[in-house]
Amino acid sequence: MTMDDFYRENILDHYKYPSFKGHLENPDITFRDVNPYCGDDVTFELKIEDDKVVDVAFHGQGCAISMASADMLAEELLGKSLDEVKAMDKQFVLDMLGIPIGPVRLKCALLPLKVVKAGVWGLDAWEKEQEEEEAT
Amino acid sequence: MPDIASIRADFPILQQEVHGKPLVYLDSTATSQKPRQVIEALERYYRQDNANVHRGIHTLAERATAAYEQARLKVARFIGAASPKEIVFVRNTTEAINLVANAWGRANLGPGDEVLITEMEHHSNIVPWQLVTQATGATLRYVPITNAGELDYEALDALLTERTKLFAFTAMSNVLGTINPVAELIARAHAVGALALVDGAQSVPHLPTDVQALDADFLAFSGHKMLGPTGVGVLYGKRALLEAMPPFLGGGEMIREVFMDHSTWNAVPHKFEAGTPAIAEAIALGAAVDYLSDLGMDWVHAHEREIVAYTWEKLSAIEGLRILGPGPDRRGGLLAFTLGDVHPHDIAAVLDMHGVAVRAGHHCAQPVHDYFGVPATARASFYIYNTKEEVDILAEALERARAMFAF
Repeated sequence: MTMDDFYRENILDHYKYPSFKGHLENPDITFRDVNPYCGDDVTFELKIEDDKVVDVAFHGQGCAISMASADMLAEELLGKSLDEVKAMDKQFVLDMLGIPIGPVRLKCALLPLKVVKAGVWGLDAWEKEQEEEEAT
Repeated sequence: MPDIASIRADFPILQQEVHGKPLVYLDSTATSQKPRQVIEALERYYRQDNANVHRGIHTLAERATAAYEQARLKVARFIGAASPKEIVFVRNTTEAINLVANAWGRANLGPGDEVLITEMEHHSNIVPWQLVTQATGATLRYVPITNAGELDYEALDALLTERTKLFAFTAMSNVLGTINPVAELIARAHAVGALALVDGAQSVPHLPTDVQALDADFLAFSGHKMLGPTGVGVLYGKRALLEAMPPFLGGGEMIREVFMDHSTWNAVPHKFEAGTPAIAEAIALGAAVDYLSDLGMDWVHAHEREIVAYTWEKLSAIEGLRILGPGPDRRGGLLAFTLGDVHPHDIAAVLDMHGVAVRAGHHCAQPVHDYFGVPATARASFYIYNTKEEVDILAEALERARAMFAF
């Protein structure tokens, strides 16, 4: 793996020039979480109508991987039904990023999805999902 | 005068490439690399002498016990202890501090008493005191730090009172690199009747240590940061203090006699070494101490000062790079820094692509980072095997990282 693989241009673009970074007016769901080891800090805000994500924004601070993952995820979420969001998993995030992610950076990459899912379905549901994934 | 090339030749792990580049290991503050002499001591023990200590009558048990106790003697001499009975083998610095917090703290702390620590402590010298003060009703207080990354000595004067029962502080900050005036701090603690515990995790591997000259009551340090293996660390305690303390963990080895309803305790230091200890690791720590003693701790310190002064100069020239803590003349061999808005994880990832290993994160010292208003830093740290050429590689890689992430 070379550096250009890891920090592909589109990852850096989403990191430097995010499209979904900011705030919503009166979001239906606001949820924040942090990675205690590295200080990545992500908050997602969602507007939900008829079980669909009609608006989304995020804010926070973190490494290029976590921030790019948040911006790309926000783009994916827009217009999706909650059922479709529920189906998004670790592999979905890895495919979305399109770069090799080692075990150390996986937490950075997954934090935005964790924040969204925990915001909609609760932290317990997310943890249960992770346990089930690890067991398979 | 030791020669760096021959020192490096003793460290097999350094003879490798990472991502096609020669490994530049700048993370010795997290854990040091091990010379072949230490690796061979581990192997020799398991090949020739392996047996449990202090129990067997057979030849191997005698050899293992003698080697284990010889290592204790080497450590005692290395830090200037009056007796090897003052050296308790534990797992690491964290366990050493937890031992004092539990054994000494629970017997000696109560409501109205205070434990004083500082804002530049590693979590291992914060959390055990939070736990024991909560359990005993005592109060935990912090000496603040200044913008220069030093302790606030005026505040210290006000905080050290007759209520203070123990002052626990780091000899050298693992983030700021600040070398604290240990002898003076101990004297100030003693002046109000408090005991002093020194977190020597960063100082014992890098600076000459003499617990008798310092008049330290307790000193905690880890083997793995001073060329030794993981799994073994040391609590030094003045003999009278150790003898007066109740045990920490109960089990085999730490007892004299066990009855159904009570037990009596073994003599120090064995009273604090319940269960089979890390025998091979302690023996190999003895080999690490030999290695450092051969180099001379004055040389080790001088070498690191030279490297850190050079690094300070090189890194200060990088646009947007901010170093936390005091200048090179007042610090040990480490530098924690931020680089503009680039997240330390990204800095470390880019450096890794250049073969350079640094730590990124809060280095188990969140209060320090909170004070300076940064969630995390990148940290380069040095030891006996690092060279100025490696610092040049670091600086070059940092320039690449800056260019890559510049907005």
